[in-house]
Amino acid sequence: MSDTHSNTVAYVRDSMLPEATPPLTEVGAIRWLRENLFSGVLNIILTVLGISSVIWIVLHIGPWFLNAVWNAESLAECRQILDGATGACFGVIKDRWHQLIFGFYPPSAYWRPTLAFVLMLVALAPILFAGAPRKLFWFSAIYPALAFWLLWGGTIWFPIIAMAGFAVGYLAYRVTLPLSTLAATIVGVLATILWWLYLTGPISNMLSGALPIGIMPIRSDSFGGFMVSTVIGVTGIALSLPIGIVLALGRQSDMFLIKTVSVGFIEFIRGVPLITLLFTASLLLNYFLPPGTNFDIILRVIIMVTLFASAYMAEVIRGGLAALPRGQYEAADALGLDYWKAQRLIIMPQALKISIPGIVNTFIGLFKDTTLVVFIGILDPIGLSNAIRADSDWNGIYWELFGFIGLCFFIFCFGMSRYSQYLERKLKTDHR
Amino acid sequence: MAMTNESSGASFRPSMLLYDTRYRSMTIQIVVMFMLMAGFAWLVDNTVENLRALGKDFNFNFLSVRAGYDINQRLVEYTNDSSHGRAMLVGLLNTLLLALVSCVTATVIGVIAGVLRLSKNWIVSRLMGLYVEAFRNVPLLLWIIVIFAVMTESMPAPSAFRGENATSSMLFFDTVAITNRGVYVPGPLFTTSLGAINLGIISVSINFLLILAVVVGSLWANIRLLRHATAVQEATGLRPVTWWKSLLILFAPITVVLIALGFHLSYPSLQGFNFQDGTFLRNSFIAMWLALSLYTGAFIAENVRAGILAVSRGQTEAAFALGMRPSWTMNLVILPQALRVIIPPLISQYLNITKNTSLGIAVGYMDLRSTLGGITINQTGRELEGMLLLMLVYLAISLLISGLMNIYNNSVRLKER
Repeated sequence: MSDTHSNTVAYVRDSMLPEATPPLTEVGAIRWLRENLFSGVLNIILTVLGISSVIWIVLHIGPWFLNAVWNAESLAECRQILDGATGACFGVIKDRWHQLIFGFYPPSAYWRPTLAFVLMLVALAPILFAGAPRKLFWFSAIYPALAFWLLWGGTIWFPIIAMAGFAVGYLAYRVTLPLSTLAATIVGVLATILWWLYLTGPISNMLSGALPIGIMPIRSDSFGGFMVSTVIGVTGIALSLPIGIVLALGRQSDMFLIKTVSVGFIEFIRGVPLITLLFTASLLLNYFLPPGTNFDIILRVIIMVTLFASAYMAEVIRGGLAALPRGQYEAADALGLDYWKAQRLIIMPQALKISIPGIVNTFIGLFKDTTLVVFIGILDPIGLSNAIRADSDWNGIYWELFGFIGLCFFIFCFGMSRYSQYLERKLKTDHR
Repeated sequence: MAMTNESSGASFRPSMLLYDTRYRSMTIQIVVMFMLMAGFAWLVDNTVENLRALGKDFNFNFLSVRAGYDINQRLVEYTNDSSHGRAMLVGLLNTLLLALVSCVTATVIGVIAGVLRLSKNWIVSRLMGLYVEAFRNVPLLLWIIVIFAVMTESMPAPSAFRGENATSSMLFFDTVAITNRGVYVPGPLFTTSLGAINLGIISVSINFLLILAVVVGSLWANIRLLRHATAVQEATGLRPVTWWKSLLILFAPITVVLIALGFHLSYPSLQGFNFQDGTFLRNSFIAMWLALSLYTGAFIAENVRAGILAVSRGQTEAAFALGMRPSWTMNLVILPQALRVIIPPLISQYLNITKNTSLGIAVGYMDLRSTLGGITINQTGRELEGMLLLMLVYLAISLLISGLMNIYNNSVRLKER
């Protein structure tokens, strides 16, 4: 059989052919281009529009950026160097660098905000990254007082005595603990508040009279630039998260009064623009406080910005709480945990994890909203760009300053959103 | 004694107010209520004290006093002889106008950018990603100022349009002029006017009301027609042809009304040192409009993208398996499900637009905050009343928008059983 067959067929291939290369249109760059850029009529139109807009942008901004002058004392000098060509005058950023960063802070004290900023990074490390040494938490705890002292200056005793309030509260708590836990908590909190209200001032005055250790006090109207944005932004971020958590829990509470107050506060703050709250801080706070009180404008702004952000934060966290399956609450109850233990150990860790994107979005929003302080006369970067333009040297400079300020905000905010994505990946526990 | 007391007195001890969960919430609420009342009383007391020290009282009479300042953009009649209350109304209308147009354009921009960011086209999706990140990570205030600076610094002066060798020319067949003073666009005019109805504080032109009624009526009739077609389809399985009826219903009545009223456009033209006729859109308005639309559009784009991604791939595949066309799949399967995810964040974006119109102060846009919260407060010295009124108005607008949008949201929500 097989013999006859082999005889009748003239040619049989007994080895495999080598693989042929795929057609040119199906490999490498050409295939990629076909699939991604030119797969249909609409796609071709979009590609052409996209490429032409990129070319348009590059043609308009490219020469302006490439011809940039980095060393000039004034716009006139810059134009002279450019000699009619289009080009940016980034000399303004070099010339006014310190002003853009520190505002009108005394130059001899520039080391203080710089040091405070570096220390802030150190204090943030254990909070942001699990790999940092745990002992740094102690530094994070004292950092607020340290930063306050470095930025505003004055006697060192005031922040120390204020921080001592926590120690006093803890001491009172430990002393009364044998009586009852609840009473001890109340006594501890009361002791701290009374310490701050009545003893901090006199004791720190007395100590600074006896032992005057301190640095030059600097009033907050000389604060400005990115320093003021960072101070307001970072403080607001740090304070709005805990207040937001409390408000969210209040909104979920079974107690009618607590719930009503929380809902009323959240909806009121979310219903009005931040600007009106800032104006309240600058114009109206004097009406609501006892006659003769006058406290720092930056502190007032921080309070308002924090309240504003915490209302939004509360809604974000409420979303996280609502997204949590009912079974988690029931399981916590079944284990016999009380309300606070259940929140601390079961509910909050999961709810906060779910709401990380929203929380970070609120942080980014808060940081961007710090620019609104320009309307109540605080010289943030945007306010300074107006002030720089008011100077005859740099009258008429727009794009370079706006570009620089925008870039700085972009780096901060983009960094925050990238960090939130890293955190989400790190905390991901489901296996899908 | 103690023994009898304990047995008869229903075993209530004061410590149960704190330790018994039946009473604890009551105790906490009463304590909170007293603290709140004390805090409130403290604030009111301080305010009364401070007002007395300043020799001021608390009343809203200033709203009927002559304002004495001009407002450069007004939708209703206003002169500097009008009252502060009327100035507030003009500002409120400007705020609402800006919020409305910005919401519309931001939605359009956001939907386009969100869909394009998901496109398979590499360059377009990257460009849209760049747009979204650039606008989301830079403060709105900076964008407003930048766009305002572009409008005032980079656009030609009206004189550049004049003469034989004009350096600038009008766009769109000589109908739109973009100058450093603002944008001039064709304005609608009617040869016959039917007069105006006076509604007490504002007078509304009857022409406008008529057109509005005709448009709403046409839309309603069209909806009725489509419903009828669906009913016929469900009864017989055949859908009657509706497209020409729809076109007729939507466009014939409005065309007839417009012709009857003698509708025509007045085109801006250069006369003397400036453009005349047409409608003048100020730089402040343009800057706010563009900045709010582009900024919020970037956020809406992210919402739209998230909404489309939230519809699982299986839905598309199931629709294709049923033999549906791609366009039907999008309209009948993907969009209705994506909308449920998109609408709640969209509501809060609309609210954000409304609140962000208050940034108009940066470029001198005369909105509610600039009239009532700015010049009126400065002139009358009524900070307390002015700011309270301002906050209440914004609060009312916000609650109104969120209420309306929640009704809509409930109507498209998945009906769970």
